[in-house]
Amino acid sequence: MAEQVLNKKSYIDFTETNLQGQDINLVIKEGNATVETLRKREKVSSTFWTIIIYIAITALALIMILPFYWMIITSLKNNDEIMATTQTFFPTVVMWSNYVYVFQAFNFLTYMTNTIVVAIFSTLGTLITTIFAAFAFARLQFKGREQVFGIFLMTMMIPGEMMVISNYITVASFGWVSENQTLLDAYLSMIVPFWVSVYYIYLLRQNFNQIPNELYLAAKVDGKSDWSYLWKVMVPLAAPTLISITILKFMGTWNSYVWPNLVTQKSEYRLISNGLRGASFSDPDSGITQFGYQMAATVVVTVPLFLLFIFFRKYIMRGVGRAGIKG
Amino acid sequence: MSSVNLENSTLSNRFYDPKLGELEEGYNAEKDVIVNVVSRKNIKRKYTVGGVLDQEQRNNWKAWLYLSPVLILMSVFLIYPLINTIAIAFMQNYDYITGTATGITFDNFLIVLGLKEIVPATDTMPAVFETNFVNFAIPNTIIIVFVTVPLSITIALLISVLLNKIRWLQKVYQTIFFLPYVTNTIAVGMVFSVLFDDHGLINFILGTDTVWIYGADRWTAMVPLVLYIVWGSLPFKILILLSGLQNVDKQYYQAAKIDAAPGWKVLLRITVPSLWPQILYLMVTSFIGAFKEYTAVKGLFNNPGTTKNSYELYTMVYYIYDNLNTQTSRAAAAAVILFVFILVFTFLQLGLNKRRSR
Repeated sequence: MAEQVLNKKSYIDFTETNLQGQDINLVIKEGNATVETLRKREKVSSTFWTIIIYIAITALALIMILPFYWMIITSLKNNDEIMATTQTFFPTVVMWSNYVYVFQAFNFLTYMTNTIVVAIFSTLGTLITTIFAAFAFARLQFKGREQVFGIFLMTMMIPGEMMVISNYITVASFGWVSENQTLLDAYLSMIVPFWVSVYYIYLLRQNFNQIPNELYLAAKVDGKSDWSYLWKVMVPLAAPTLISITILKFMGTWNSYVWPNLVTQKSEYRLISNGLRGASFSDPDSGITQFGYQMAATVVVTVPLFLLFIFFRKYIMRGVGRAGIKG
Repeated sequence: MSSVNLENSTLSNRFYDPKLGELEEGYNAEKDVIVNVVSRKNIKRKYTVGGVLDQEQRNNWKAWLYLSPVLILMSVFLIYPLINTIAIAFMQNYDYITGTATGITFDNFLIVLGLKEIVPATDTMPAVFETNFVNFAIPNTIIIVFVTVPLSITIALLISVLLNKIRWLQKVYQTIFFLPYVTNTIAVGMVFSVLFDDHGLINFILGTDTVWIYGADRWTAMVPLVLYIVWGSLPFKILILLSGLQNVDKQYYQAAKIDAAPGWKVLLRITVPSLWPQILYLMVTSFIGAFKEYTAVKGLFNNPGTTKNSYELYTMVYYIYDNLNTQTSRAAAAAVILFVFILVFTFLQLGLNKRRSR
C-alpha cells in the first residue's frame, strides 16, 4: 500500500493486488471524490454557469432592444391604448393607419431624397480626398510626412463645435446661406464642409500600409506610374475599408442634425432627422402628442439604417472596431 | 527606403542611415547591403541602400499634390474656423453678417461665466447676469461626463466579458448589442421619451407616476437622459472591448484556473489590466464625446429644459448652438471654454496613464 502525496488535496492509491500485474489501477482522489465524480461535478457546475451566463446576457440583450420593440409596437397602437394605465406588450388593435397618416402628413420622401443626395455627394468627395491623402501618407516619401500626419491626428481632438460657428459664417459668405437660398445652395452647404475626415484618412492609411511594399516596387519596375498603381492595385485591395467608409459616412449623414438645421433656410431643404424632430405630432384639436404617429415616423427613419446594417454588418463593425486596435 | 540624414558631409562616399548606421559605398558585408551613389554630382541627396533608390526628394512635390485637396479643405473648414472662432470670442459687438466688431475685449468670457453683467444695474433694476452657462450648462455637462463614462465602461466591460464566455449564438448577441449604434440619435431619443412618459412603460413597470420628461424636476430628468446616453454609447465600447478580449493570451486564464483563482479576481487582475489600452482609449474618446453631448437632450426633450422656456438641461454644446445666431461672440467664448475643458481632461488622463504605466 503506497500513498503518494501530490499536493494538499490529491492522492494516488496503488491497490496492492495489482502491484505485480500488468495493469496498474490508478485512482486520483480529491477528498472523498474520485475522478468520475469530480468530472461530473465540474460538468454540472460549468453547465450551471453557462446557463446563468446565457440568462444574464439574454436579459441584458432584451433591455438593449426594448426601445426598438417599444417603438414598433407603439407605432401600431391607437392613442387610447398608449395612454392607458395598463401598458400592453402587444397592440390589441393593429393600427396600420398610423403609417398611412405619417406618409400623408409629412414630407418624408422629400427629406429622404435630400438625405440621400447629400449622403452620396459628401461620400464621393470624402472618398476621393481620403484616397489621395492616405496614399501620400502610406506610400510616398516626403519631408515632414510624420509631422503632418501627427498634426492631422491632433485635429481629431478639436471639438467640431469650435468650427461650426465660423463655418456657418464661411458658408454664408460663399452665398450658400441667404434669404433666397436655392436647393443647390442648401445641398452645397451641407456637402462641401464634410469632404474631409481625418479618421477615415487614418483608417485607410493603416490599410494601405498593410499592402506589401514589394507590390509598389514591382509596379515601379514595370514602369507603372504612382497614379495607375493607386487606382489599379491599392484601391481594389483596400475595397473593404472603402466600403466601410462609405457606409459609415452614409449613416453619419442620415443622423446629422445640427448643421442641416443651422444652414437650411426652408424646411423642405432639410434632412431626415430635422424633419422628424421638427414635425408636430400633436392633435390639432386637443394639442395632445399623438405618440402613435410619432413612433410610426420614428420607425420610418430607423428602418433604412437597420436594413443597411443587416446587409453590411461586417463592414460597419469592422470600420468602427478598427479604431480600437491601436489603442 | 529609409529617410536620409547626412551627417558626414565631408566624407565623399560615406552615408549615415538612421536605421543602418554609417554606411560606405560598395558592398557592406556587416550590414549585408549594397550601397550605390546614384549621382556623383549630388552625393548628399541620392544614394541607394540594398539597390532601392531613396525617393525622398523625388516624391516631394507629388506627395503635396496628392495632399492638396485635403489641405485646402482643411484649411478652409478646420484651421481657419478654429482661429476665427477664438478671435470672435475676443471681439466686442461682433456682427457675423457684416463681419464687423468694435474692439477687442475679454468681456464675452466674463459674461458667459456670469462674472460680468449683461445689463448694468440702474436705480430701479438690479444688474442682469447670464446665469445659464454657469448654473446649468457646466454642471450638467460635468455630471453627464462623470456619470455616463464610468457607468458605460463598467457595463460594457461586464457585457463583453459575458459575451466572450459564450460560443453558441455569440454572433447573434454581438449583433444585438451593436444595434443602438446604427440608429438615429434623435429618433431613439423620442422613443425614450415615450418610454419615460407619465403613462409610459417605465412608470407602469415601477408602479409609479413620476414625471420624467415634460415638466420634470431637473434631477429627475437627468435619469432618463443619463440612461439614454449610456444605452447609446454601449455598442461602440462593447465592440472595442470584445475585440480586445479576444486577443488576450488564453494562457493567463489557464494559469488562473490551475490556481483556482475566483472569478472576480481573474476579472480584476487579468482581464482589466490586459484591456488597459482599450479602456484608456475608450475613456479619452468617451470623455470627449460626453463633453459634447447635445443630440440626446434634443431627442429626449426637444428643448434645453423640461418645459418650453426653461434652460435647466443646457449642456455646454446646447448653449453654443442656442446662442450661435444671436450672441455669436458668447457662443464662441463658450466654445473656447469647452475646448479648454477637453484639452485639460485629455492631457490629465494621458498623464495619469503615463504615471500608471511607469
